Amino acid sequence: MDFSTFLQQIVNGASLGSMYALIAIGYTMVYGVLRLINFAHGDIMMVGAFMTYLATSMGMPFGIAVLFGILVSVAVGILTDKVAYKPLRDAPKISLLITAIGISFLLENLFNVLFGGVPRAFDAPEYLTKVLHLGEIYLPVTVIIIPIVTVFILTSVLWVLYRTKYGMAIRALAFDIPTVKLMGANADSIITIVFILGSALAAVGGIFYAISYPSIDPLMGVIVGLKAFAAAVLGGIGSVTGAVIGGFILGFTEIFVVALFPELGGYKDAFAFFFLILVLLFRPTGIMGEDLERSRF
Amino acid sequence: MKSTIIKSLLIISTLMFIYYAHSHFDSYTLSILNNIGIFAILALSYNLINGVTGQFSLEPNGFVAIGAYMTALFLIPTDTKIDMFALVDPAPVVLQMKANFLPAILAGGVAAAFIALMLSFPVFRVRGDYLAIVTLGFGFIIRIFAINNPEYTNGSLGLNDIPDSANFLWIGTIALITFIVMIHIVYSKYGRAMKAVRDDEDAALAMGINTFRIKTTAFMTSAFFEGIGGGLLASFLTTISPDQFTFLLTFQLLIIIVLGGLGSMSGTLLATILVMGSMEWLRFLDDDMVIFGMHTGAHPGMRMVIFAILLIIMMLFARRGLFGDRELGDILKLKFSKREDNAK
Repeated sequence: MDFSTFLQQIVNGASLGSMYALIAIGYTMVYGVLRLINFAHGDIMMVGAFMTYLATSMGMPFGIAVLFGILVSVAVGILTDKVAYKPLRDAPKISLLITAIGISFLLENLFNVLFGGVPRAFDAPEYLTKVLHLGEIYLPVTVIIIPIVTVFILTSVLWVLYRTKYGMAIRALAFDIPTVKLMGANADSIITIVFILGSALAAVGGIFYAISYPSIDPLMGVIVGLKAFAAAVLGGIGSVTGAVIGGFILGFTEIFVVALFPELGGYKDAFAFFFLILVLLFRPTGIMGEDLERSRF
Repeated sequence: MKSTIIKSLLIISTLMFIYYAHSHFDSYTLSILNNIGIFAILALSYNLINGVTGQFSLEPNGFVAIGAYMTALFLIPTDTKIDMFALVDPAPVVLQMKANFLPAILAGGVAAAFIALMLSFPVFRVRGDYLAIVTLGFGFIIRIFAINNPEYTNGSLGLNDIPDSANFLWIGTIALITFIVMIHIVYSKYGRAMKAVRDDEDAALAMGINTFRIKTTAFMTSAFFEGIGGGLLASFLTTISPDQFTFLLTFQLLIIIVLGGLGSMSGTLLATILVMGSMEWLRFLDDDMVIFGMHTGAHPGMRMVIFAILLIIMMLFARRGLFGDRELGDILKLKFSKREDNAK
């Protein structure tokens, strides 16, 4: 592999890793607060991509369409929590997980009925799909924009978590919900904030995904969601920084293993799974985590 | 003593029904019965890990796929294999695989149980819900492997011309055996340990139960019967491909065990009949419908939307399902002897 190919793959890996990181944050935050693997999170990402697609195909400008996609995703995220998860806060954990699976399956099949199962082409505006030539390196504009936007979003999320009152409340909730309630804080509205943040980031990730691989289908969220969860576990579930690190590690691994060993290309989607198994075997707490039963952001 | 006689009579009459159905029913009824039988095997074993042991797993499609491929490769004659493998030549070991029906499906079960053992080391070492996500991922990986190793699986083309040895005699009898085995496990020392793990893992550990071993045992038993169910499915359908073993299969089983009651084997049996029946009955929802003179167009997936909503509603309002975690026998006994104080 020569230097320019190497650079090319670095950029590609950063772009893919950004998407995983954005989605992994939602998993890790919901897990941190509710101890729930939110199976529907990958499908929230799909909702974001599909709603953006719907808005652009109705003639809205791309910026507005993106905003629309994010808003609908956030609404779906909040609704999921209020309708399906909130009544089960005190129920056995397995009921909550089954409900999450039900929501995930509902979203996939609902979009399958509404839009059909055939993949659709996602039209991004010209300025996002351009390809720059820098010497021997091909640089699609998206590959540069995605990591930059991601870094900006991540900084904002970390700022919210560590520098604002709401962030403090979220972190407190991750330690102990009953105590937070005793202190007079409204636990449910804080959980809503977690779902808003998570769903918005997932929608952004979904839109990035749709621009980079310009096709969307109702099941697109399943495998990406699974990978993002693996990334969150790799980084240490419950830790936002960990989710970001895990996402980037997974993104770089996928790109570089396929670049170095093209014959493994068919197994690309399996890497995340092997990461997950390895992490659980050798360091169940992930990179940033310390103790699974407790967690911190 | 009395209950032993009742049990023997029940078993004998079920066997007689299976034999009668096999020789007298028409092929459509039999195919529905076969479907119910196979799904009963899968749902009963799925309930052992999910309901009785309380470890939320999403594995059935993976283990069913393993069982189905294993059985299919053992059953298909060598000449047919050579003709069928269109993408690449079959691996030598594939050509050597040859067995009768019973060893073939048992091989499927053993293979699935072995994979379950491998998976349980990373998964059960940690607390939490990793089993769910690892088994969900496992279902995808199996598909990726099946597509990428055409010398074993004939890739995405799948395997055809599997001898259809699985008639209702086999399927019905194996379903009955599965039910009896499951009931015996539930009421054995292991079953009690599994329930203890479900209700409070720390307490179970403190009572000296090796929770890792109990969870692994439950997982492997479950996988074994799912592998067997997969083998029966392969032989019943006579053709399999990677796309058959998607998450949809797991979801159907999840609906069944939730409806029947997590932890209740007799509830699962009843729910299998209800769900498989209504799947058949609601088939019209996926087709083109005319409402007020307007064609809705074909909507593949409409049934699944309904079933997904049903699952969520059940979880929210009727979490215990039909039988809760009790068996039919317990419920009847409570009713008749009015021992309400023993009820939970």
